[in-house]
Amino acid sequence: MLSKRIIACLDVRDGQVVKGINFEGLRTAGDPAELARRYNAEGVDELVILDITATLERRRALADTIRAVAGELFIPLAVGGGIRTEADAAAAVDAGADKVSLNTAALSNPSLITTLAERYGSQAVLVAIDAKWEGNRAAVYVRSGSTPGHRDAVEWAKEAEDRGAGEILLTSIDRDGTKIGFDCTLTAAVSGAVSIPVIASGGAGTLEHFDEVFTAGRADAALAASIFHYAETSVQSLKQHLRQHGIPVRL
Amino acid sequence: MIALIDYKAGNLTSVRKAFAALDAPLFTPDRPGDLADAQAIVVPGVGHFGATKALGPDWIDAILERVGEGRPLLGICLGMQWLFEGSEEAPELRGLGLLGGQCYRLPSTDVKIPHVGWNSLDMQSDRSIVEHVAPGAQVYFTHSFVAPVTGDTVAVTTHGQPFASVVQRGYVAGVQFHPEKSGDVGLQILRNFLSLVGPA
Repeated sequence: MLSKRIIACLDVRDGQVVKGINFEGLRTAGDPAELARRYNAEGVDELVILDITATLERRRALADTIRAVAGELFIPLAVGGGIRTEADAAAAVDAGADKVSLNTAALSNPSLITTLAERYGSQAVLVAIDAKWEGNRAAVYVRSGSTPGHRDAVEWAKEAEDRGAGEILLTSIDRDGTKIGFDCTLTAAVSGAVSIPVIASGGAGTLEHFDEVFTAGRADAALAASIFHYAETSVQSLKQHLRQHGIPVRL
Repeated sequence: MIALIDYKAGNLTSVRKAFAALDAPLFTPDRPGDLADAQAIVVPGVGHFGATKALGPDWIDAILERVGEGRPLLGICLGMQWLFEGSEEAPELRGLGLLGGQCYRLPSTDVKIPHVGWNSLDMQSDRSIVEHVAPGAQVYFTHSFVAPVTGDTVAVTTHGQPFASVVQRGYVAGVQFHPEKSGDVGLQILRNFLSLVGPA
C-alpha cells in the first residue's frame, strides 16, 4: 500500500536554514546539509528547500545549497522560492533538485508549468498554492501570501493539474505557524478535486494533527518545518504514532 | 565504465550521483558505437514511452548486441518498461523485447494516478537483484504506466492492483521505482546490479 509521506521543509536564506533549529549534536545549527542528513537518518520521506533569500546573488547561493544537500541524501528533493523562469528551474535541477516548486510564477505565467513538465516530466513539477478562506471560498494568495491571486484554490489546482503539474503543495495561510492543526476542509476540497497527490502544509502542532490531515483531510503527504526543527517531535516518533493509528508509513 | 543512456527523458543528475556514491562512475555515450566498451548499460528515464523514440534501431541493435555478450543491463522506471515488447502509452513504438509482455496504464479506480510516493516490494522470487533487500522494503515510485506480472517478475507492488516492480532475467534487470531516490534500499539494489558487472 502506498505510504503517506512526511516531508520536512528547510527555509533557507543566504545558504543557512532560518526558523529556529534546536537539534542536539549539530555542529552548525543552520547548516542545511547537516540538517538534511539528520532528517534522512530519521526517516523523512522527502525534503523541500524553500529559498527565502531576497538578494540577486540568491541563485548562486541556492545552487550551492542544493548541491550540498543533494550530496547528502538519496530521497526526493524539491526546491522552491523564487523560481520564476525556465532558467531558474534548470539551475535548480542541474544542482540536484528532483522537483521544482512554482508558486507566484505559475499563477502569473501558467504556461511555465507546461514548459517544465515537457522538459523534465510532470513528476518534477510541484505547484504550490497558498490559500486563505474568504467566506466559503478558498482564495489563492501569492508573493508569500501578501497579494490576492484572484483565483479560487480548488479551480486553480485543477488547472495546474491540466497544465502538467505532478503534485500540489497546498498551504493554509490561516493555519501557517498557528500549530492548531492542518486545514482539513481546505485540503480535502483540493484533494478531492484533482487526481494528482496533494501535500498539506500549515498548522502542524501535534501528532494527532497528522492523523487528521491524512484521514479527514485526504492528504497524500504532509509537510512541516518547525515541529521537526525544534525537535518537538522526531520524524521517527511521528511515523510510529501514525502506524499505530492505522496510517501506512515508511518505517 | 558503465554506460548511462541519455535519451533526453528527464534529469540524470540523481542517477549519476547514486552510482558515483557506489564508486561506479557512468559515462554517457553520444552514439551507439560508443557502447562497444561498455561493461554494463543503464537505461534510466521518466516520462512518456514516446520519448524512447530517440533510441532508434541503431541504439537498439547496439544495446541488444552488448546484452547478447552477457553485459548487464538495468532499466529504471521508463527504462524498465522499455525492456518489454511495448507499451499502450505509445503503441506505434516497440520496446527492446527482452522481456515478454506489454506495458499498460494503471487503472485509477479507487487510487490516485500517477502513483507517487513510497510503496513496498512484495518478493515473488529470490534473485540476485534483490539480495539483502528485506521483504516489504519501501522504495520511491513516480509513474502511471506499469509492466505486467510475468515469470520474470521478482517483486510486485500494489497500487489498486499489483504490477511488476522488480524484474530480472539473467543479466537483464529492471526496477519500476527510482533506486537513486529510495534511500539505503535503492542503493543496495544498485549495488546488486553492480555485482553482476564483470571486470573492465
